[in-house]
Amino acid sequence: MRKLLINKWTKAASFLICLLPLGFLLWRGLHNGLTANPIEFITHTTGDWTLRFILFTLCVTPLRKLLALPELIRFRRMLGLFAFFYGCLHFTTYIWLDKFFDLKEVWKDIAKRPYITVGFLAFVLLIPLAITSTAGWIRRLGGRRWQLLHRAIYISAVAGVIHYYWLVKSAVLRPLAYGAVVAALLLWRLAAKLRSGTDAENASLLKAQPQKSQT
Amino acid sequence: MLINQKPELTNADVTPKEVYQNRRTFLRNAGLAAAASFAGRELWELASPSSRASAGTKLAGVSKSPFSTTEKQNTYDDVTHYNNYYEFGVDKTEPAKNAQSLKTYPWAVSIEGEVKKPRQITMDEILKLAPLEERIYRHRCVEAWSIVVPWIGYSFSNLAKLVEPAPSAKYVAFESFYDRKQMPQAMYAGIDFPYVEGLRLDEAMNPLTLLCVGMYGETLPNQDGAPVRMVIPWKYGFKSAKSLVKIRFQKDQPPSTWNRLAPDEYGFYANVNPAVDHPRWSQARERRLGDFLKRDTLIFNGYSDQVANLYTGMDLKKYH
Repeated sequence: MRKLLINKWTKAASFLICLLPLGFLLWRGLHNGLTANPIEFITHTTGDWTLRFILFTLCVTPLRKLLALPELIRFRRMLGLFAFFYGCLHFTTYIWLDKFFDLKEVWKDIAKRPYITVGFLAFVLLIPLAITSTAGWIRRLGGRRWQLLHRAIYISAVAGVIHYYWLVKSAVLRPLAYGAVVAALLLWRLAAKLRSGTDAENASLLKAQPQKSQT
Repeated sequence: MLINQKPELTNADVTPKEVYQNRRTFLRNAGLAAAASFAGRELWELASPSSRASAGTKLAGVSKSPFSTTEKQNTYDDVTHYNNYYEFGVDKTEPAKNAQSLKTYPWAVSIEGEVKKPRQITMDEILKLAPLEERIYRHRCVEAWSIVVPWIGYSFSNLAKLVEPAPSAKYVAFESFYDRKQMPQAMYAGIDFPYVEGLRLDEAMNPLTLLCVGMYGETLPNQDGAPVRMVIPWKYGFKSAKSLVKIRFQKDQPPSTWNRLAPDEYGFYANVNPAVDHPRWSQARERRLGDFLKRDTLIFNGYSDQVANLYTGMDLKKYH
């Protein structure tokens, strides 16, 4: 498994797999398969995959720890950038196909419609993360600051789920399922942090104890 | 004395060492397999084209109607593969696949409540009750898309006259067919079933209000509300209940499905009105399926001449 993960072809293959949703959209487009309302279908499909790739990205750290597979980290940036890629397609579909570059209308929508406001927030937060995803930017920012910045994806994930939840009429099961996954992924991080926090405390206590006994 | 002796564990019960030691690998592979199967299924959904519905039976002796629009009709394929019929799934393409299980024969509608002659009426009787007309109507969904459909049926007032509403009847309630077994997807819809809708009696008696049994020259396909449905062209589509089994004349305003779920979002009247937004999206414009650019939505969906007088003096924002 590990050998497979560090194989360069695995990464290339994963890249192509990540492009499949777009490939299928194009294929459907050429085969009259975008339903009677293609713009809505494209909007929903690109939106779905944006949220899914955000979740895939958030899965990397827990999976890598739980499964003891540190090699998984090699895929995190790619998955995150694909989330941004599908987010761009989603946003472009909205601006171009849905609103036809009526920016006044778009701005009114963003200000007035809460589901669009949070969706826009989720997307905008991904922009700095995509820009600073390079090794150069990690160096420039320093690991700690870079990591802090990239926690913005947590907000993006939550905002993405709310965006979905607020736009459905009654079928809330699917957005709630995404919400449950996001909640689980974030709670795992919180638990991991608390655990490492108490571990650190214990460690410092252990260090402190011999000193006490010396006095 | 040995009472209720538990069987001893044997070597066979011991988890093999390799399995025990490889539990992480096992968990890891199981996790990755689960993730891959989810992604794969979604991709498959995206790749598989929707199934095509079977055509209905031709309806004979259908006359043209002065109420018809001359606007370009949507294709049969659009109208049969882009449906809101939540009993058969919430995705627009699901009813075309799932509604094929609906048994529409034999069928009867129960007409009851504040009427002098309550009765059951069979589908065969409904088809012969009045001359069938083709009514090419604009149909505007609350989700801001619209279609033009050549419906077939006759004014609902024909059916009302048959049962003779009592003077106490002020409203009409429409109830759709519901059967969990035939509609297993309904449990994920997030709305209560059976689906119920309602009209004020004068709205129901307006000649535009159509008791609809067909479209495009044929009987209704299941996903479009077979075998008999309402079509109220100046109201948002959800007012036009499908697959009717009960029509009840009553004194009080009936509860209606979407109104009960979110009263601020879906009013009882639900008249098409570009000036009254859905709280979450604008109703000012709509996309006619097949068009690239949106068009302006018209008050009462362009049927003001026929229906505006029903609402004189009414605050259309309050009674949205």
